[in-house]
Amino acid sequence: MNVFLKIEGLTVEYRSGNRHVHAVNDLDLQLGEGEVLGFVGETGAGKTTTALSILRILPNPPAKVLGGKVIFKDQDIIQLSDREMRAIRGEEIAMIFQDPMTSLDPVKTVGDQICEMILLHRNCSKKEAWEMAGDMLETVGIDRGRAGDYPHQFSGGMKQRVVIAIALSCKPSLLIADEPTTALDVTIQAQILELMKELKKKYQSSMIMITHDLGIVAEICDNVAIMYAGGVLEYGSVMDIYKDPRHPYTRALFDSIPDVHRDQARLKVISGLPPDPTDIPSGCPFHPRCPHCTERCKTEKPEVVHLNETHWARCFLAQEEGRYEHE
Amino acid sequence: MNQKKEKRYSLTRETFTRLMKNRLAMFGLFILCVLVITAIFADQIAPYSYDQMDLLNAYKAPCKGHIFGTDEFGRDIFSRVVYGSRISLKVGFIAVSIAVVAGGLLGAVAGYYGGWTDNLIMRAMDVIMSIPATLLAISIAAALGAGLTNLMIATGIASIPTYARIVRASVLGIKEQEFVEAARAVGTRDFTILCKHILPNCLAPIIVQATLGVAFAILTAAGLSFIGLGIEPPTPEWGAMLSNARSYIRDYSYMCLFPGLAIALTIFSLNVLGDGLRDALDPKLRQ
Amino acid sequence: MSEPLLEVRHLKKYFTTKKGLLHAVDDVSFSIEEGKTLGLVGESGCGKSTTGRVILRLHEATGGEVLYRGRNILELSPREMREMRRKMQIVFQDPYSSLNPRMSVKSLIEESLLQRSRGMSSAEREQKVLAIMDLVGLERRLAYAFPHELDGGRRQRIGIARALILEPEFVVLDEPVSALDVCIQAQILNLLMDLQKELKLTYLFISHNLSVVKHISDEIAVMYLGKLVEKADHETIFKDPKHPYTKALLSAIPIPDPTLHPERIILEGDVASPINPSPGCRFRTRCRHAMPVCGEAAPELMQNGKSIVACHLCNPQSVETARVGGQE
Repeated sequence: MNVFLKIEGLTVEYRSGNRHVHAVNDLDLQLGEGEVLGFVGETGAGKTTTALSILRILPNPPAKVLGGKVIFKDQDIIQLSDREMRAIRGEEIAMIFQDPMTSLDPVKTVGDQICEMILLHRNCSKKEAWEMAGDMLETVGIDRGRAGDYPHQFSGGMKQRVVIAIALSCKPSLLIADEPTTALDVTIQAQILELMKELKKKYQSSMIMITHDLGIVAEICDNVAIMYAGGVLEYGSVMDIYKDPRHPYTRALFDSIPDVHRDQARLKVISGLPPDPTDIPSGCPFHPRCPHCTERCKTEKPEVVHLNETHWARCFLAQEEGRYEHE
Repeated sequence: MNQKKEKRYSLTRETFTRLMKNRLAMFGLFILCVLVITAIFADQIAPYSYDQMDLLNAYKAPCKGHIFGTDEFGRDIFSRVVYGSRISLKVGFIAVSIAVVAGGLLGAVAGYYGGWTDNLIMRAMDVIMSIPATLLAISIAAALGAGLTNLMIATGIASIPTYARIVRASVLGIKEQEFVEAARAVGTRDFTILCKHILPNCLAPIIVQATLGVAFAILTAAGLSFIGLGIEPPTPEWGAMLSNARSYIRDYSYMCLFPGLAIALTIFSLNVLGDGLRDALDPKLRQ
Repeated sequence: MSEPLLEVRHLKKYFTTKKGLLHAVDDVSFSIEEGKTLGLVGESGCGKSTTGRVILRLHEATGGEVLYRGRNILELSPREMREMRRKMQIVFQDPYSSLNPRMSVKSLIEESLLQRSRGMSSAEREQKVLAIMDLVGLERRLAYAFPHELDGGRRQRIGIARALILEPEFVVLDEPVSALDVCIQAQILNLLMDLQKELKLTYLFISHNLSVVKHISDEIAVMYLGKLVEKADHETIFKDPKHPYTKALLSAIPIPDPTLHPERIILEGDVASPINPSPGCRFRTRCRHAMPVCGEAAPELMQNGKSIVACHLCNPQSVETARVGGQE
């Protein structure tokens, strides 16, 4: 797979007054062509901030990119001019937001909203754009006759389909989906996931899927990045992460979800809370909650430990295979 | 979670501490205090009596003897402004208090109970609102007769609907929040819920409106005085002085300037203080 | 089998809207035994939260009975009901909007005590608040903090403490963990289960998250558009779901295991409107097994093996009628 998005040492901070919120800290990631990467983590892990910095739509102020590179198709997005960036947004990289209720303009028909996106990036007449908008609606499973309807005439799941249609209307090579199904019911979520899987096959575009639901990741992603306190703690293929998780935090995440197919009397929980982003612990950010914490973890930030070609973890104990099973 | 949170803080004291940190609000409070002190010690501060006429010295521009000049009867404007603070502040505050208490209560009840109670109260408010405020005040004052008390009542009643509407709107928003339901679930009585949970959360718009309302009350009172339904001349009242001086604005603009400035200063100080209070009362802004 | 602590019979709650009568809860019956947990599952708008609130009389029911230890609480006077609320409490979903932002943790928890125990001195109250804070795992130093200064998990602990301070027997948990991150969610679930054991609580656990419901409940009831469609113990409902909706709902849960790819039943379309519903089964518009009879009569809840199901498919008589009808 060709690497076409590469993030190196990305650091983003939010400033309000004299509070410095370290949202993303020295994050490294890469994404291959046609690959679906899942960002998994708790609230405040820096998932959305990372996504917004790829699109460069971070609210500035208070957010500030302090360092790092986001290399997309051989150019550093962070260094681009605003004008060059506008051409990339929508055309090359598109985003689907969490809440379909608020991400559509209530006073414009859905057809107009898709047209707007197409006209912005394509040289075509209004009529052609309207045609294309109809095609897009059909792609996401909505009758093209509904292009003249307003968002409030659609249900939540349908609205999310419209949002997806807008995002895909310029055939972007990278699609970022920020919790696209969190606001939806399970049966509607199943519909949308099915649609996204189909579209993934059809368009072959790369995708970043932000979610906290490990079930969704297992279903749709090729690779997973487990995020914590603004950094990636473990990265690997879905199989690696789910079948052989090496970072204690990844383990803890799996332990905290009740499994419908197993009977558990009690959930295994990790004590404590995610760290305060204004004051991230020294060494390994997870050490205050880690059951295997050593003195070394408190002072030294673990380097990446490569376990196989794609699988790596930032943990001193990552090499010790099967260590947890014996406990 | 630092150590100082262990200390037992009362909300009132903390609000005050936060207010103290807001310089602009403290400046407003300072001006307001100066105005109140002026009103109390008017006898000592004013160099002349407010009704002492001196026709030889009429229309005098500000000078050494009369720092704010004199009016058409040669009365010292400075003394009149100083004495006027008594009436104007009293009218402003009492009229707004009447309006806030009555309007707030009506609005809260209408918003909380909804249904026909709401309809009844709000339609009554609509009736009051459909009559221009000044006109309403005029008719009330005309019915009750001229005089300071009636002036305050009239001005107060005229602005009840504004507060009723504001309070009702915020109550409607807040009563849908789950914490109100939570309070009901533990068996809290309606009245307690209204006083303890709902009203404190709609303080912000009330405070902002009330600070503006004082200005409105002073001006309405002035209008009433102007047509002879308020304070009888020669009792000085800022609004009355202002409307009286209007006819001389081209030639003797200072006659308007000083009572105008006094009103503006009062309103300014109330506004910044109101803003500061609103922020100080919001625990979410606590550092 | 012990006596049911709570029995709901033919509970109905209709809301009048501009478009017509909204059947939020339509003829729902179930019972909960003392010390057990009933999980109430369904999608948004299916009436599960309304059911919880009607039981506590936060909304007045349109019809039916709620028997608490055999006494119909829907008929109690406001005064008697206030007394009853001591026994029945609720924990809300949103730990942000369910706490008054102007009150400190201590005053939030203390509030219900102020309502009840007038004779209690402030020192006694404080002791009680601190004791309950220990019980739910809130650090004592947070007593004078304000809700917005705390994280979601701690806020939800305040909500639980507030519900438990009156020592209730029955608690409605309305999506208590839905707004929380998985790790915190697990902490709260464990806390709720520990508290149940320790205080012999009976729970009505309302949630849209099936895996959470399965974890905590003894019995599970599935609702669709105001109707109860299936009820069974938590084992049975997952191993052998009977109602087509339950089957679809179960298959829709994404499984956190990339090696498993179970067949998924994708429901077509959206939930129908609960306003002026047409007669017959409410699920038939999305059901792949819909038969003519489904449009004619609403299926009754019937015992089928270990479960109670409301579906014509599970009723031999209806299936027979359908077959005969098909042949004609």
